[in-house]
Amino acid sequence: MNYKPQTTITAWLLVMPAVALLGMFTHVPMIGSVLHSFYSTERPRRPSRFVGLDNYDSMLDDPIFWKALINNLIYALGSVPFSIALALAMALFVNERITGRGFLRLAYFTPTVMPMIAVANIWIFFFTPDYGLIEQVSQFFHLPAHNWLGSTNTALFCVTLVAVWKEAGFFMVFYLAALQQIPNDLKEAARLEGASGWAIFSQITFPLLMPTTLFIMINALINAFRVVDHIFVMTGGGPNNATTVLLFRLYEIGFKYFDHGQASALSVVLLAVLGMIALGQFLLFDRKVHYQ
Amino acid sequence: MISSQQTGFIARIINTAAAWLLGLVWLLPLLFAAWAAFHTSANTAKLDFMAPITLSNFATAWASAPFARYFLNTALLVTGILIAQFILCTLAAFAFARLPFRGREALFSLVLIQLIVAPDILLVENYRTIKWLGLVDTLPAIALPYLASAFGIFLLRQTFKTIPTELEDAARVEGCGWFNILWRVYVPLAKPVYLAYGLVSVSWHWNNFLWPLIITNSVENRPLTVGLSVFASLDQGIDWSIITAATLLSSSPLLLGFFLFQRQFVQSFIRAGIR
Repeated sequence: MNYKPQTTITAWLLVMPAVALLGMFTHVPMIGSVLHSFYSTERPRRPSRFVGLDNYDSMLDDPIFWKALINNLIYALGSVPFSIALALAMALFVNERITGRGFLRLAYFTPTVMPMIAVANIWIFFFTPDYGLIEQVSQFFHLPAHNWLGSTNTALFCVTLVAVWKEAGFFMVFYLAALQQIPNDLKEAARLEGASGWAIFSQITFPLLMPTTLFIMINALINAFRVVDHIFVMTGGGPNNATTVLLFRLYEIGFKYFDHGQASALSVVLLAVLGMIALGQFLLFDRKVHYQ
Repeated sequence: MISSQQTGFIARIINTAAAWLLGLVWLLPLLFAAWAAFHTSANTAKLDFMAPITLSNFATAWASAPFARYFLNTALLVTGILIAQFILCTLAAFAFARLPFRGREALFSLVLIQLIVAPDILLVENYRTIKWLGLVDTLPAIALPYLASAFGIFLLRQTFKTIPTELEDAARVEGCGWFNILWRVYVPLAKPVYLAYGLVSVSWHWNNFLWPLIITNSVENRPLTVGLSVFASLDQGIDWSIITAATLLSSSPLLLGFFLFQRQFVQSFIRAGIR
């Protein structure tokens, strides 16, 4: 193809502001994280110097890093399938002509428009010992008292539950969009052939929704490593690091202990995780889905 | 024997019941929070559903932290980001959609990286950059990493590509330059997409927390989310009813907007979701 020089100049001028800012706050920091992960943290009277893989060595020796990694995987594997399943159920419910459809759509979607910090403040009270709502209900049924957020066995579960509550309604919207694209004739034809509701869902609707499910899955996975605001409010990573996830650990190392060398190494781990998700997306999808 | 019509009826009832059960479970935390915000904490702890309504929690919350300042900061932040995003993304999307130039595809692939690696992950390096610019603890510092948005560029590019070139050609015949074509043809036709993207952007940045938490440390520059978390963590003497009141207060503009424009809101998210 022949490029007109004048068009090229105009085009570069148009994309330049956006590309410069993107480069400054996404691409350069990505490279910077990798570079700085090979350097020691600058301290007073001890400038930063090249230390090779030392930062990675001490990261791998840190039991809290492994704890955070495992917690994050549990958090991802716990929240992603549940929010997808619930999102699909919600979308199927409100896609039909059902009594109170508008109200239900509102009910499912509302958590999405609230700040995660606000969501966390509300849920804390549910889990509070003694006078929290869950405790009041279990006292009523004479069940033993349990400190939901204060126990290492249940804290991660609680935090995961809140993420599902917040995100399912958001993913429902993607399913709704996809459901509206499925031609009704398909379902009508199947119904005339005597197919049951379940058969229509499992053999027509669900397969047709597969690209949407994959799309949501990728986004939900990315969110599982990115959306951790509620952990700050609900548990602060505790008890005993039971709810510390990678990004939370990164915050602690970078902005509580100010160890930038270590923080850079941990950033590289997060980048690698996201890179793997991106690779998975690339392998699962036809490229055309994205570019056209 | 049960006829197929009857099974269909029963299935519908079960379906509706399940949908409502899920809906109520989903709303319960919010309803409970709303109830608690309007009652004294003593009555909330006792679950006394007959207790009288009070507005004192809101008054106390408003008086015990600079929420007015936080509201102003968030409003300025969200507006500034939205305006910058509209301008930057429109220009870039137009070039990517309609101007053939050397390096276009490669550059666009680079832009898309931001869909996966959001600035949220790159806290440490971005803090370094902001410090180098001398902008730590300012409102622009919160906004800067988000002004150029890959999502916005992608969304607008997809939209611009669907606009027939005949319209553009007609304008060109009349002697319009690219800016007039963009402003008179493309932007007006993409209005619903701007609305969709605007709603997504506003609600996203209203709710953003971690980056503002790191980059600000004064009341003058703190947005609502950070202010709210600071307020809620000072647990001496602040009881749950007051925290809930503050929580609802901080989410109220978005919630109100959502309840009023529910249809457009969900439609917008659907539109943004189809891409």
